[in-house]
Amino acid sequence: MILQTKQLTKQFGGLVAVKNVDFNIEKRKVNAIIGPNGAGKSTFFNLITGVHRPSSGQILYKGEDITHLPANKVAELGLARTFQTTNLFEMATVFDNVVVGHRLRTRSNFFDAIFRTKRLKEEEERCKQKALEVLEFTELSHIGHQLVANISQEEKKRVAFALALATEPEIVFLDEPTAGVNPDETESLAYLIKKMVNQGITVCLIEHKMRMIMDLADHIMVLNYGEKIAEGTPSEINKNEEVIRAYLGGSGASA
Amino acid sequence: MSSIFTKKNTVIALIVLAFVIPFVLQNQYYLHVLTLACIWSIAVYGLNLLAGFTGYLSLAHAGFFAIGAYSLGLLTVKAELSFWLAFLVAPIITMIIGTFVGIIALRTKEHFFAIYTLCVGYIIYLIIDKWDSLTGGVRGLIGIPSPANIGPISFDTPLSQYYFVLVVTLLCILMVYRIVHSLTGRTFIAIRNSEELALSLGISTAKNKLLSFVLSTFFAGVAGALYGSFIRFIGPEISYTTIMFDFLTYLIVGGIGTLSGPIVGTFLIVLLSQNLQFLQDYRMLIFGPLLTLLIIFSPRGIVGFVLTKYHQHQRKTSAVLKDARAKEG
Ligand SMILES: Nc1ncnc2c1ncn2[C@@H]1O[C@H](COP(=O)(O)OP(=O)(O)O)[C@@H](O)[C@H]1O
Ligand SMILES: [Mg+2]
Repeated sequence: MILQTKQLTKQFGGLVAVKNVDFNIEKRKVNAIIGPNGAGKSTFFNLITGVHRPSSGQILYKGEDITHLPANKVAELGLARTFQTTNLFEMATVFDNVVVGHRLRTRSNFFDAIFRTKRLKEEEERCKQKALEVLEFTELSHIGHQLVANISQEEKKRVAFALALATEPEIVFLDEPTAGVNPDETESLAYLIKKMVNQGITVCLIEHKMRMIMDLADHIMVLNYGEKIAEGTPSEINKNEEVIRAYLGGSGASA
Repeated sequence: MSSIFTKKNTVIALIVLAFVIPFVLQNQYYLHVLTLACIWSIAVYGLNLLAGFTGYLSLAHAGFFAIGAYSLGLLTVKAELSFWLAFLVAPIITMIIGTFVGIIALRTKEHFFAIYTLCVGYIIYLIIDKWDSLTGGVRGLIGIPSPANIGPISFDTPLSQYYFVLVVTLLCILMVYRIVHSLTGRTFIAIRNSEELALSLGISTAKNKLLSFVLSTFFAGVAGALYGSFIRFIGPEISYTTIMFDFLTYLIVGGIGTLSGPIVGTFLIVLLSQNLQFLQDYRMLIFGPLLTLLIIFSPRGIVGFVLTKYHQHQRKTSAVLKDARAKEG
């Protein structure tokens, strides 16, 4: 167990988007969160990664309380994420997009920039090396020089992964990583996720594609109206009556 | 590319041209206009760092330009500081005020930020205009000294002043170039692209936005101080919104978020409007529609347009080369 939420709750005005959720993320596993639209999955990610402040509850990372840390500090601790919609810089190359991902591991400031100090040159080199390394890992080396605007949706997803990996994370949170890509591409992204776990990274993902989840996840939590209604292995979730009622039967759109 | 038109050679050629042009023109009036254009372009570079590279359009920029000019003016005329000390301190004062304004203004975003800073700019104008005992109010501040001699070098001729301003301009451009091409610059661009993403990458957006804001006021302050020492008379109108929108026009025409945009836009418009002066305010009848068309068809201005064409051309040639190679092989 690397990360733990305790009674995590988020209210937006009168709406309780996440309600008393206890969840454990297991190290070097694929931890999945599923649930119908509006169930609070993205909000749950936003709470953990410091985008939103919890209304109540606690988040522990390796036993340390990170409940009130801002997003950039959370990232420094080794929690990286991707967003439901990719928000890359379309007018720059894939490589240039990824270079800044390692910025949080560098210290050079604007004085270093103006005087082009040794530190800056070294750190720039490190950021570039890191970018090459994660592009290699995500199998994007061949399109590093292309503008993001000119690459496919699946490639953009990979760039978002690469960017998250460039921060040298221990956990990556992937918010619907395969939304809007075709089945073949979904499979190749699933393969990439497995590859990340094999490298020792813990993965936590939100996903709609049930078949993929059942295949990929070690551990699943089901959210409905902000509440955890089930948790367990894929086969346990498959058999769970309440899940079938609330989600699998209910929406129907989740093949 | 093996042609002599490499980026480096072009830059060197332009710098050489800037140094020899006074002897080519032999015209005091043009020298005056060129010196002014250099000064404006420094301010526009500051605006570009913030609006173009960080994504925060500040409309208080003319205000900070005026703060730089008045700081120099007051320090030399009223406090009787030596010129060079005043010239150093003026941008620092601008940055200090910029820090306070930035801390508050950066709590807002997008058009709220633009509106807020527009108000700040106007307040700066009002303060300069109304605080008679300090600034001289509408009468302005006269008798600002030219740069003092450094050893044998004096700055009392238009030519020497041009060179002085030119050197400062080149230094400022070099600074911006280095900032933009460093990790700091990449950080600014990441913020412009998406603050949400930048935060999730561990970037302290608050700190970096403030840095960009303060740096932009630094360049405004330097430009203002140069203006004061060059024109030697300043009035509240230099902080007025018309100056602000001049800066913005130069930036947009040249190319917001591009490195050479500020200098291209400033020189083009300043020189054009000098040549179209016989049209008086009807000039705006030409500029207005042209500006609108430019924004619609090339949001990144002239430089952006050229860059896009250049990249398209390169992609085409490399595609053609690949084709040819494929056929051969
Ligand atoms: N920033 C916000 N402000 C107000 N309400 C929000 C905000 N973010 C999400 N919500 C609401 O919280 C609920 C859960 O949203 P979300 O976490 O995005 O669901 P999911 O990702 O599971 O589809 C929705 O009803 C949504 O409208
Ligand atoms: Mg969501």
